Amino acid sequence: MPNYVDYNGLGKVIRKSIIDIVDKAGRGHIGSAFSLVEILNVLYESVLNYRPHDPEWDDRDRFILSKGHGCLALYPILAKKGFFPKTELYKFCAFDGILGGHPEHEKIPGVEASTGALGHGFSIGMGMALRAKIDKKNFRVFVAIGDGESNEGSTWEAALSASKHNLGNLIVIIDYNKYQSYGPVSEVLNLEPYSDKWKAFGFNVYEADMNDPLILEDILQNKINYKCNKPHAVICHTIKGKGISFVENNLEWHHKARLRPEEVQRLKEAIDKEQ
Amino acid sequence: MRKRCLKTIYEMAKLNENIVFIGSDLGQGTLDEFKNEMPGRFFMEGISEQHIISMATGLAMEGKEVFVNTIATFITRRCFEQNIIDLGMTKAKVRLIGNGGGLVYAPLGPTHLAFEDIAIMRTIPNMTIIVCSDADEMERAIKASIDYPGPIYFRIAKGGDPIVSKEELGFKIGKPIIFKNPAEVTLISCGVMVDRALKVSAHFEKLGVNVGVLNCHTLKPLDEDFILNSILSSKIVMTLEEHSVIGGLGSIVSDLIAEKCYHHKVVFKKMALPDVFPEKYGSQNLLIDFYKIGENNIIKELEKLLAMIN
Repeated sequence: MPNYVDYNGLGKVIRKSIIDIVDKAGRGHIGSAFSLVEILNVLYESVLNYRPHDPEWDDRDRFILSKGHGCLALYPILAKKGFFPKTELYKFCAFDGILGGHPEHEKIPGVEASTGALGHGFSIGMGMALRAKIDKKNFRVFVAIGDGESNEGSTWEAALSASKHNLGNLIVIIDYNKYQSYGPVSEVLNLEPYSDKWKAFGFNVYEADMNDPLILEDILQNKINYKCNKPHAVICHTIKGKGISFVENNLEWHHKARLRPEEVQRLKEAIDKEQ
Repeated sequence: MRKRCLKTIYEMAKLNENIVFIGSDLGQGTLDEFKNEMPGRFFMEGISEQHIISMATGLAMEGKEVFVNTIATFITRRCFEQNIIDLGMTKAKVRLIGNGGGLVYAPLGPTHLAFEDIAIMRTIPNMTIIVCSDADEMERAIKASIDYPGPIYFRIAKGGDPIVSKEELGFKIGKPIIFKNPAEVTLISCGVMVDRALKVSAHFEKLGVNVGVLNCHTLKPLDEDFILNSILSSKIVMTLEEHSVIGGLGSIVSDLIAEKCYHHKVVFKKMALPDVFPEKYGSQNLLIDFYKIGENNIIKELEKLLAMIN
């Protein structure tokens, strides 16, 4: 494990890759993916145990991207790590590609569950974490959910159940970018007091300002006791469309179809200008 | 049937450490012996069917064979998206045990009547659907489910129903069983309607009319060749089911006949529940008679059809 990860530089690489994929495919959830980039980079650079060439290795940590529409952030990272060839990235949503608009477990090495219908991944992950407990395995299960996704009642069914089973090996990471498709989360279906809700459901709760990914890295590497008897919720304060000033918090970019060539250039230049 | 089903799961779990049981909020004392002897594999998760199906999927993806049990309406309708996306797409080895299929919960009203469960579950790719005729057959079916790929929905009857199946006829998932040799008239049925089919057959036998009876316990996947071969000599094919006229056994068989019965013409009749929310209470048997799918109505319909073709 490296001592220092250049999350800023890595973030730019992944974001440019996302722009290239959307440019080629002509569609994609840009805003939802951009807010996830740092979360996934922290997980795949500094936290998860995995073997790209043995994706079913039984002792691997499981990661489920429950907000499957954020898959544009996951695919370039999985390709970079060697789960599948990078050439697949440019067949995103193509007829003969393996990378669909939402990730499928059976098609994509490294994808632990088929997600896209919201409110499923947390419970699937809970089942996996329970299996680790039954079989006395040491792997951990990380599930990334969206803030809008936690509108789903099944999220809270899973929270009750995870807490009941004392699953310290289950970590819910919330991409709290404060926007869902229609508008601000606070207006569509307010989640606050969000942290208190997770605490009330029996979780250890951590909050991370994702402007500094090292905070999340520290929580996941040092703060969380994965052997304890409570599941964990990490509320990541992110920015929808993070990394490009005119995309940030702009719902026009939640899902984008057809980028003009000049837009692609403008987006990439904007990524380079970000500090 | 439910008790025998759960007891069979318990007996199998004692021999197979991979078997896990999940209930929602079942009656007090349900499977206490399982809970006491194998507490690490027994879970009662509360009234949270959506979560339970996804949780079962996660366990199955990790190699467990998961039996999930709750009332048939809730295990099919409430969590349909989880059934189709999680179980169906993943081909998870999860066995759904739906209590009170059909009209069993007649006194409780339409919210608890699973009259359309087969119609909705059969739209799920990779889902197997089994409706057994009695408790003995249910035991054989549960045992046969071990090592069977993909998810299975078992529709469970009330219990205490007459035993009509025979061990010597065996049980294989997907293979209908001939209870009475197909003849000029063949009845194709499943679940508690098999008993009625046999009674109807006996009635006509006394009158010198041979009526065959097929127990089509597996509604999906359907052994099309078996059914088509079985009705080769039949002029009348009638389906009997405790299910809506839309999408159940009658629809399955009529689709097959319409599309693939090239060899000869048959008169086809569905005996099923009408497309309504049952408005009466009482009992399963009373509702079956009220909706004219009981033994006497089947006989009357057959008499009409026989008169028509002769």
